[in-house]
Amino acid sequence: MLTIYDRSKNGRHAYEMPTSFVEEYNLGKEFLQDKMPELPQVSEIDIVRHYTELSSHAYGVDNGFYPLGSCTMKYNPKVNEIVAGFDGFNNIHPEQPVKSVQGALELMYKLSEQLKAITGMNMSLQPAAGAHGEFTGLKVIKAYHEHNKDFKRTKIIVPDSAHGTNPASAALVGLEIVNVPSNDDGGVDIEALKGVVGDDTAGLMLTNPNTLGLFDANIEKIAEIVHNAGGLLYYDGANLNAVMGVVRPADTGFDVVHLNIHKTFSTPHGGGGPGSGAMGVVDKLADFLPTPIVVKDGDSYKFAEPQYTIGKVKNYYGNFLVLVRAYAYIRVLGATGIKDASQKAVLNANYLKYKLGSIDYQKGRKCMHEFVLSMEKVHNETGVSALDLAKAMIDANMHPPTMYFPLIVHEALMFEPTETETKETLDDVAVKILEIVKNAYSNSEYLKTSPHTTYIGRPDEVIAARQPILKIEK
Amino acid sequence: MSIYTPHTKGDIKEMFEALNISSLDDLYSMVPKGVLLDKLDLPEGVSQADAEIEIKKMAGKNHIYSAYLRGNGSYYHYIPAVVRKMAERSEFVTAYTPYQAELNQGILQSIFEYQTMICDITGMDISNASHYDGATASAEAILMCSDKKRNKVILAPFVNDDTKVVFRTYLNSMEIIEAPSKDGKVDLAGLSALLENDVACFYLEQPSAIGIIEQAKEIGELVHSVGAKFIIKSYPIALGLIANPRDCGADIATAEGQSLGLPMAFGGPYLGIMATTKAMQRKLPGRIVGQTVDSRGDKAYVLTLQAREQHIRREKASSNICSNEALCALITSMYLATMGPEGLNKVAKICVNNAHYLQKELEKVGLKRKYDVEFFNEFVTTSDVLANKILNKLDQNDILGGVMLNDFDILWCATEMVSKNDIEKTAKLVGEVLC
Amino acid sequence: MKYLSSHEWLKQNGNLAKIGISAFAAEELGDIVFVDLPEVGDEVIANETFAEIESVKAVSEVNSPVSGTVVAVNEAVVDSPESVNEDALEAWFIEVEVTEVSDKLLTEDEYQASIE
Repeated sequence: MLTIYDRSKNGRHAYEMPTSFVEEYNLGKEFLQDKMPELPQVSEIDIVRHYTELSSHAYGVDNGFYPLGSCTMKYNPKVNEIVAGFDGFNNIHPEQPVKSVQGALELMYKLSEQLKAITGMNMSLQPAAGAHGEFTGLKVIKAYHEHNKDFKRTKIIVPDSAHGTNPASAALVGLEIVNVPSNDDGGVDIEALKGVVGDDTAGLMLTNPNTLGLFDANIEKIAEIVHNAGGLLYYDGANLNAVMGVVRPADTGFDVVHLNIHKTFSTPHGGGGPGSGAMGVVDKLADFLPTPIVVKDGDSYKFAEPQYTIGKVKNYYGNFLVLVRAYAYIRVLGATGIKDASQKAVLNANYLKYKLGSIDYQKGRKCMHEFVLSMEKVHNETGVSALDLAKAMIDANMHPPTMYFPLIVHEALMFEPTETETKETLDDVAVKILEIVKNAYSNSEYLKTSPHTTYIGRPDEVIAARQPILKIEK
Repeated sequence: MSIYTPHTKGDIKEMFEALNISSLDDLYSMVPKGVLLDKLDLPEGVSQADAEIEIKKMAGKNHIYSAYLRGNGSYYHYIPAVVRKMAERSEFVTAYTPYQAELNQGILQSIFEYQTMICDITGMDISNASHYDGATASAEAILMCSDKKRNKVILAPFVNDDTKVVFRTYLNSMEIIEAPSKDGKVDLAGLSALLENDVACFYLEQPSAIGIIEQAKEIGELVHSVGAKFIIKSYPIALGLIANPRDCGADIATAEGQSLGLPMAFGGPYLGIMATTKAMQRKLPGRIVGQTVDSRGDKAYVLTLQAREQHIRREKASSNICSNEALCALITSMYLATMGPEGLNKVAKICVNNAHYLQKELEKVGLKRKYDVEFFNEFVTTSDVLANKILNKLDQNDILGGVMLNDFDILWCATEMVSKNDIEKTAKLVGEVLC
Repeated sequence: MKYLSSHEWLKQNGNLAKIGISAFAAEELGDIVFVDLPEVGDEVIANETFAEIESVKAVSEVNSPVSGTVVAVNEAVVDSPESVNEDALEAWFIEVEVTEVSDKLLTEDEYQASIE
């Protein structure tokens, strides 16, 4: 494919400015650049052709099955896009007088109420992503302990099955990470947990269901252990799609939660973002939320600053247009639809797992909204790895599942079909995957060099990291 | 049932049979009974049509002014139609992070092009694929500079207020000092006195938060003389006209990318731009796309230098960022490609023209500038009359005036979306208040 | 030649010593893409991390078998990290003026036995 710079030609342009009748003002020479940046010079049709071509080499949920475990690649409803495109949401300045943005405040308030119903917590809509929400939640935990003069509490307990953002967020907040081993079900090892909690425990970070897609039935015991030690319980909401409307995190003992709005609440992933990491806290932590929050003032809405706020984690109020989409999603689904979405997500995952029974090392075991298959046996017997299988799936027109996560399973492939896939798709996918596994035994070389039908073959990641070329050299 | 779940009654029956269950509730048998919810405390859902009407009413309660003279971190610029349209392509919108390079060369190439364009406008060697916004990008840029021996950050005196709060939230492990000001700019002598060997970096906004163009080159020299790093956060439109961060000696360039093709949208989603020198490339947080070859020897793009990131380094990662603002970065690169060097230059010039004309007209009716130094497209006025009175008068006439900095000072802004008429009308109304 | 159980080797020459990683470690790491070394003049402490090695999908810490001051850094390893994969025993990372030697050193035989 040509790059946009390849299409560039001196003198071409696509820009047009509103006509200006104001006289020219020249800044002094000492401020000016020596030369203009070497941006591409293209015409409007070049822009259209270029980005159309690029888009044809992209794979979105709109293209096909996307079973990335832990990412919840569910269908992104188009009505959400329509409402997020309304002028009244797009062309308002964040610092307009409050009376002139009552619609925006109303939406944020109502979304907070919706999310409160689902989580049982008081929400902040400010964080821009899940990891950002983790950072915010951990800051709240730290602030809470410090407010109580409990300065010894500097340790965050993290299961070894946790997503990398968990320990990274804790480190960013200046808390020390203590790893606790998982049992074979990916759940917290209770005895080990008892051994690591103490008066230096700030909290425990957990996702439930865990990263193996299994619900940790010990959650109440875990909560008790951590709370008795004076720590707080943090819920990584990445897996909320399994239990929305079925269980509320606050009811199982969690004190802090972050949500991945771009996972559970259907907002599109955009090639990596923007998302939103709205976070919530139980009442005793509400004073520490980032500022501002939206509150009701009689019949209207206004901003308020929580009394012991941790400050701000980004400018303004959050990824507003992402929040608009989430609000629309929850509004359309409603109480019954939200629960239905979770239940169908779990149904689809169990069904796909059942169809893949012959390669499922945890056959017969029920999962939640996602499950992990281990390709270790196949790898040992044929040399074909989880990576090879994933690449072969691309040739079969499927986006691969998550590979090599969680770290506690060897040659892991994590599948999360989500609730928006049809039974036919799941049947078809299962047939294709089992075929690929069969081929591992008869034609392993072909699999080890797949994909064969894509625009590029496997990229050389070693050269990419050894001799980084990180922009177009002109 | 949910409109988005495609299961027919027949499907459900077959799936139940296969799984040997009789209801969806059977799937949750391992969940302790006591915590199962009866029903969500939410209204029932509505049709898409009803939701659209309802939400449209909400949008209707937000007022769009006839003229925007307010900036302070969020700017009303023209977003070319072709950018708005191309950004809608659902392959871009509904795709995940391009970890599977073979499937997503289009997305990876678009990020590679974005990184290149950011380096073009800032003069730096390498850019990441985006951060959350200008403030968080700047906070993490400051963290990039800190190490065991250097744990102080000096901030320029005029920094966006919200950003300062973000810094205090992010930089709890560092000492934050504010440099003194003189006549609305960084006081070079005062800064010099603060620069010592334990300073990690100096952070400058250019133009400053009050619109003034600072002596960035001179500041850079001072900062480097003690071995500290220089961070410049730019207003990206200005990079079509004024000296870029690299030319002023920056080690790290950050920016709020909103003004490059993103709507004001009540504060988000925005775009954190981060670019740095080759020397600091392995400290740069966030995703980065690199060029390589594939198994056939052809050019290919791939996410690279992943060993910096959280999924590999976990608690040793320098940043926890995972999801970023990818689609916003794509839109920004579409904007920059559409504008090209001349377009960016032109829009910058119009902003300068409009802002200086506004300033002159306001001065004519008695609203004086607070600092008599050169500015880009934002400036501060001061008066004896309460700022509130002035802004209320404008508000009543459907004009959003500048931001009130305190009881008597206003920070005005003009972009290419402000017309000569708007400016003259504004001056007339202000004149009426000042009389 | 001596080793640490964490796969670093030590070649002493009077009061100077060179440090690298074993062939076994290089093999385990896979293609090495970057080696992050300290600077000349930095202090290293026996049994503690002084460097990091990156492969595409992992980062590993390198521990020092001695305490002392870094007197030389092998730029060749920084410029061509693949040289560590090619000949790990020749690809030294740093040369140190030694003040103290780790008490956890293994002989070549002991190290070979430990990795079996």
